[in-house]
Parts: sequence; structure tokens; C-alpha cells
Amino acid sequence: MIETSGEEYSVENAPNLTPEIAIANLQSSDLSLRYYAAWWLGKFRVSQPEAIDALIRALEDESDRTELGGYPLRRNAARALGKLGNLKAVPGLIKCLECSDFYVREAAAQSLAMLQDKTALPALIKLLDGGVDQAVQVPGFPHLAQPYTAVLEALGAMGATEAISLVQPFLNHPVPRLQCSAARAMYQLTQDSIYGELLVKTLATGDLKMRRVVLGDLGAIGYLAAAEAIAQAQVESSFKLIALKGLLEYQLPEQSDTFDISAPAIRIMNLIDSLL
Amino acid sequence: MDELIQAVTVAETPEQMVTAVKNLAAVKDPLAIPTLIAVFGYNNPAAAIVAAAGLTELGEIAVPQLLDQIDDYNYGARAYSIRTIAAIADPRALDILISTALTDFAPSVRRAAAKGLGNIHWQKLAPNEAEIAINRALETLLLICEDADWSIRYAAIVGLQALAKVAIVRSPISAKFQLMLTNDTEKAVRARIQLALAQ
Repeated sequence: MIETSGEEYSVENAPNLTPEIAIANLQSSDLSLRYYAAWWLGKFRVSQPEAIDALIRALEDESDRTELGGYPLRRNAARALGKLGNLKAVPGLIKCLECSDFYVREAAAQSLAMLQDKTALPALIKLLDGGVDQAVQVPGFPHLAQPYTAVLEALGAMGATEAISLVQPFLNHPVPRLQCSAARAMYQLTQDSIYGELLVKTLATGDLKMRRVVLGDLGAIGYLAAAEAIAQAQVESSFKLIALKGLLEYQLPEQSDTFDISAPAIRIMNLIDSLL
Repeated sequence: MDELIQAVTVAETPEQMVTAVKNLAAVKDPLAIPTLIAVFGYNNPAAAIVAAAGLTELGEIAVPQLLDQIDDYNYGARAYSIRTIAAIADPRALDILISTALTDFAPSVRRAAAKGLGNIHWQKLAPNEAEIAINRALETLLLICEDADWSIRYAAIVGLQALAKVAIVRSPISAKFQLMLTNDTEKAVRARIQLALAQ
């Protein structure tokens, strides 16, 4: 999942809140203030214990409901908790995977992927129940039965090799986006270039939106063989830069204050230079 | 010449446009400059790249019109203009490169300007003017090394690496690089500094 919004329009979100006010606002009688505060705490990485606890409580909120039965505040709280990196949120997020609101389940899966806590794997794998046959659109909604993209990406990011046989069938799912998520996860779980090449092929064949998504996938898995294809892709340069940065980070040692930059890293940086 | 210009304006497919721009750029005639600049705004990347190469080939003679016709309402077109101006490297572009690098709202345009600031042909200026100009470029690049967007900082390093060919600014640049090697939060940015130091 990549943030595709606004790279070319870097508007300063003037924060008119402080952490204390935002935490207090999570209890406000004004539901829109609560919703905004949950977003704000994640956006500005307010990770003090009071914020974490207040957001975990917000995962169980009953007062903010949409006409279709959704839980907007829970969605924002789940998204924020992924950004804040505190494992205390994991049990609450696992519980959210069973929420009736699709978007809460999606946000929870994405945040669990960020938190990288393997205790979440059984609950994530459970969302693949029924496999591709059950992965159909919910009548009247713009989404499938489960947030499969988020689940597959989480399984890949968390190295859930036990789920390979469940992920693989999604390579043939009728939704192209889902095929890519499956290829991305399969590459991470097997390191087999077959799956990286599936993504590279989509750079040439997919539409613009799809190409952007695939660039995000390639950056996330650091598939080095795609470097030149990324640089030449017919996509805005900002997406290529983010993808190449992902590739580059895979080529750099944890402690990059040494002076032995590898040849592949130099190759990637030369490509980045050419896109400036 | 009129026919070649006409061909660009009546091109009906993206491919026809690319061919027409290639033919127009090939004659290397200054009369083609306004039409080539206009191609930046046609949302046809292949044609824009050919037009940019043609204008770069024409060089200094294209600079006044390039500076004059920067599109304030289309950041895609503006990025091509700035890239072309940067490639021609004429010192008359210094002011526009500085203001763009500092304040343009589009990161793609700012990156192109930052990269261009390092490569200007300073020797075309009188020595006393050159020194002032080089220091202004340095000051701008050092400032955007603090930008929140990693890609802007990366572009600033590429600009500073090129600028470091000028002896008088080498020492502040290497001091800044050392500082960022310790402080920058992005591995990709630190790696680019190492590459600059190694070259």
C-alpha cells in the first residue's frame, strides 16, 4: 500500500493541535474532532503512552457510526497505531480484523504489517478463508469480501512462509491489483525472480494507476533486477524515485556510515540522478 | 521552416507529434524555439524530451525565451523548461533556478533546479560576478539540504557535488556533507553523500 496522494502538492498541514489537545479531543463530544485527532496523532507521530492508550480505546468506539454501519474513528485509530510503532496495539488491532466494517479490517491489516508482530499471523491468515473462490465483490460495495491486498502484503512483509500455499492461488485472481499483491508477497516469501518479473511485466502492460501501484510493490520488495525498467517506466518521476529508493535501501548495510558502497547501489543512484 | 512548425501544430497522434518535433529540432533553427517550448505543455513526454534536446542543442540563444515562457500553471511543462535551462547551464538562469529550487510547489521542478544549480558555466561571468553567483548557488543548495522531502535533499547533494568542482566553495560543501552523513535520517541520502565523497 503506497500513499499516492499529494507528492506534487506538498501542502503544509498547519498543526493547530498539540499532543495533549489531540489526546483530549479523542474523548470530545464532537465526533469530527475525535476523527481528526486520531488522524493527527498518527500523522505527527505522537507516540507517547497516553496517545497509544487513547487510540487503543478508540478501536472499540461505538459512538461514531456511518449510515452504512462503518466506524470512521476506529479506522483512523487503527491507521494511526500502525504509524506509531508500539506493539501494545497488536491485540486490539487483531480484534479489529473481525470488525464488521471492511475499512477497519483493512486499516488493521495494514497497521499489523507495519508493526511486524508475528502473533497477528493466524488472524491475518484466517481472512484468506475460502481462498480465491470467496474473494468476490460484496454486492453494493466497491470492495471485495476481505481486504485481500492488505492481507497478502502483510503476510509477505512478515515473512509468513507458512502461508505460501494460500497466497499463491491469488496470482490468478481476476483482479489485476490482487495478482500484483500476490506476486509481491510471493517474491518476499520465496525470493524467486519469477514473481519479481511478473511485476516488471505489469510496468509495461498495466494502465497508469496500475504502473504506480507496481512501482510501490517493486520498491517494497527491493527487486534489484527491475532498476532499469523502473527508470524507464511511463510514470511520473516521483513514483520512480520512491521505487528506486526502496531498491537502494535493500543494497545498503544497516550501518551506512562506512565507505564501501556496492556496485548495485551505485548503479541505482546513477539512475536516480538521471531522474532529477 | 513554416511547414515544419505547422506539422507540430497539426499533429493528430502522439507518434505524429514526436516525428514532427524531431524534424523541427533537426534543422537547429532559432525560429523553432517558441514552438519547441510550447511542446512542453502538450502532455506528450516523448515529444517533450525531443524538444528539450533540440533546445539544449540550440543552447544560449534559446535561454531568453526559455526564461520568458516558463509556464506558471503547468508543473509538467515547467519541469521540462527548468531541465532544459539547467542543461544549457547559462548563468543568466541563476535567478530562476534559485527561486525555483527554494519555492516551487512541485518537487519534480525543485529537484531539476537543484541539480542544475551545480552545473552552471560560471566561467561565462566576470570573475567578481562569478564569485557572487557561485556563493548564491551554494547558499541555496545548503538551505534545501534541510528540506523535509528526501528527494529534494538528494537533489541538493547532486547539485553540491557538481558545485564542489569550484575550489572556493569546496570546504563548506565537504563540511555540510560530513554533517549530513551523521544527521540525515534517510539511508538513501547518506549513501548519495558517500558516493559524492568517493568521486
